Amino acid sequence: MHADLLIRAGLIALSVTLGGAARAETPADFLRTFEAAARQEQAGFAGFSTLRGAAFFSSTHGREWSCASCHTRNPAAEGRHAKTDKPIAPLAPAANAERFARADKVEKWFRRNCNDVLGRACTPAEKGDVLAYLMSVR
Amino acid sequence: MHTMKRLALLLTLAGGAGLAMADKDEHRYNISNPTYKAECASCHIAYPPGLLPARSWRALMAGLDKHFGTDASLDAPTAARITAFLEQNAGRDRSGSATPVLRITETRWFVREHDEVPARTWNSPKVKSAANCTACHVDGDQGNFSEHGIRLPR
Repeated sequence: MHADLLIRAGLIALSVTLGGAARAETPADFLRTFEAAARQEQAGFAGFSTLRGAAFFSSTHGREWSCASCHTRNPAAEGRHAKTDKPIAPLAPAANAERFARADKVEKWFRRNCNDVLGRACTPAEKGDVLAYLMSVR
Repeated sequence: MHTMKRLALLLTLAGGAGLAMADKDEHRYNISNPTYKAECASCHIAYPPGLLPARSWRALMAGLDKHFGTDASLDAPTAARITAFLEQNAGRDRSGSATPVLRITETRWFVREHDEVPARTWNSPKVKSAANCTACHVDGDQGNFSEHGIRLPR
């Protein structure tokens, strides 16, 4: 009885851990999440576009930096921080399996970098376009 | 068995003391905190906490959303863990200024230590920014700022 309870508590703790931020996800999982959010925001949402994502990635948006300022125009290549020059590992999932694998990291970097590049949060449609583009890079 | 354990303990203690001395003499700093390294060494190296006093680190950690022109915001529990590590390993406050110094490069210590570095080195495209420690301190990202580890870029 007692041991049974302990095992059950352990299993609950384990599932809480696995269900938390550390759970591994795939780029396709994030794309689905962004798609659901984009549909909710705009009724006539017609899907993501790699072309739109590529243009968004390499353009500035009213401020000094674009995504490409640090990640370069080739997301499969190593980038460099525009200010500190520190090397940045490739962003395209095909070139770097650690990208778009954890929800907490994806949330953190979109939050920070959209604020730096656009001065606001990115919309789910913008995130989805960029991710679709990054997933198309081989 | 018992003697071996004691010997091991003694060696560990001696090793620890040796390291602490090396810290002082050779500009080696403690950066060994996984959270600090994971969160603060993405855009720049893990700067040694010992290079700023605790009140500077507290002020810096309170303004991460506007971190020298970029958004470096963190979730509150992570920020709290990092602040604790920085406070525990912070340097002495030698600034004498009312407002905390936020840039390591603006501390009197940094300016004095680098007064022999010529302007052409600072302006080299390989250095780019004074925040780019590893341009010259080749093992700076490991907390090692020893004189022997300096290679000025050409």
